[in-house]
Amino acid sequence: MSTIQFYLSYPFVRYALIVGTLIALCSSLLGVTLVLKRFSYIGDGLSHVAFGALAIATVLDMTSTSLVVMPVTVIAAILILHTGQNPRSHGDAAIAMLSVGSLAVGYLILDLFSTSANIAGDVCSTLFGSTSILTLTRAEVVLCVIMSVVVVLIYILLYNRIFAVTFDENFARATGIRAGAYNMLIAVVTAVMIVLAMNLVGSLLISALVIFPALSAMRVIQNFKGVVAYAAILSVSCALAGIVLSILFSTPVGATIVAANIVVFFVNCAVGRLLIRFTS
Amino acid sequence: MSYIKCENLMLGYEGVPVAQNINFEVYAGDYLCIVGENGAGKSTLVKALLGLTPLMSGTILYGDGVGTHEIGYLPQQTFVQKDFPASVWEIVLSGTLPKCGWRPFFGKAQKKLAEQNMRRMDIWSLKKHCYRNLSGGQQQRVLLARALCASSKLLLLDEPVTGLDPKVTAQFYELIRELNKDKLTVVMVSHDIRAAVQYANRILHVEKDQSFIGTTKEYMKSNFWRELGEYQI
Repeated sequence: MSTIQFYLSYPFVRYALIVGTLIALCSSLLGVTLVLKRFSYIGDGLSHVAFGALAIATVLDMTSTSLVVMPVTVIAAILILHTGQNPRSHGDAAIAMLSVGSLAVGYLILDLFSTSANIAGDVCSTLFGSTSILTLTRAEVVLCVIMSVVVVLIYILLYNRIFAVTFDENFARATGIRAGAYNMLIAVVTAVMIVLAMNLVGSLLISALVIFPALSAMRVIQNFKGVVAYAAILSVSCALAGIVLSILFSTPVGATIVAANIVVFFVNCAVGRLLIRFTS
Repeated sequence: MSYIKCENLMLGYEGVPVAQNINFEVYAGDYLCIVGENGAGKSTLVKALLGLTPLMSGTILYGDGVGTHEIGYLPQQTFVQKDFPASVWEIVLSGTLPKCGWRPFFGKAQKKLAEQNMRRMDIWSLKKHCYRNLSGGQQQRVLLARALCASSKLLLLDEPVTGLDPKVTAQFYELIRELNKDKLTVVMVSHDIRAAVQYANRILHVEKDQSFIGTTKEYMKSNFWRELGEYQI
């Protein structure tokens, strides 16, 4: 306990906990909708695109990489949403091509043009997060807080419409809800969140933050509001536990958080089975 | 004045017409069944009536107090819904969304309306149950209650008995008949031609070049009916 108190006296640890909590919260909220709408692939594809964009921004030596990464990822989100929904094109293959292509080109550019002495370290840090969450500047923390508040507010205000579009898009459209606009909004917000989350767990592991809490919650809870709330609680707890454990045992932050999510998922699977046995 | 008036509709996908020369009207109190072969454009017609797909040509006019987005739609089940964690209450309440206007949350009036329609469909006791754990017949009642929240005048049902067993199917048809007696106008797309002629007062038979519209008696004297007879009845 005293060790944790000692670490908490450092601002970078406090920053990490704040940012980690907020990103975990936002990703779990979106995750429920993405998983249920079968949009998980958007999160996965975007994280690779974000890596490619980050590589270019790094090579260009931009002071604020978000200026490049954010717009590129948002545009990719819109493209992916459109190709994924078109049954005539090979949507899934096109998205796989885009994401794996960004990954390869990103690494290629870094290798060819980077001025850094430790390319392997840079790449590893971007892909798996490693220590970047512990080196956040004050400005990055503020940006993350603002974005998270915006995401949570949008989610709460549009909650009922998001539910309607998630459960039954055709019915929602028939009653005059502009489902296309909501799908677009969800894709864009996902893109923003993924760029923010790259600091926490790195681009390869972001999908875990999106998918695991939602799937865990769906195993146990039988209504939508409950699933959203429980997923948020699970996600935030896993992020906090992961960050604290990684500091105590000097393990990589991102991988520790994902491991915590995996454990929680299996616990919830077991609980879900027990619930079925007791209720039926 | 009719609820819906369709004139010279031509329906199709991406420039290829599926059905044309569709002319019909839906009047208050009707029980209209839309029948036709697979691929004859029944589903496309439903989507056109709901404003979900553009028309290749022709016009659809709404009147007598029914607007474009004031149709109680009972869609075919999607695979997304099969394991969707939502309570019956959440689903029925979502049918009242268009009545919320710009307000983000449901008010007392919406909750009241949802409760009324759940009691009407006899699913009030299932309020907190999860949709994915219900039987097929119960699921249809939930979606019907949601459709009734969206419109108190006109129901549009898209092959509602698909996947239901015979007993539940018969109960479902009785339920629709009672709603129709309660002055609710019913438009139903159906594969089940026997039930269509048994319950509907008018039939729309959609075919590629020419469609039939008329009362059930007229339909049973028409060539469309006779051609069917050679195969199945």
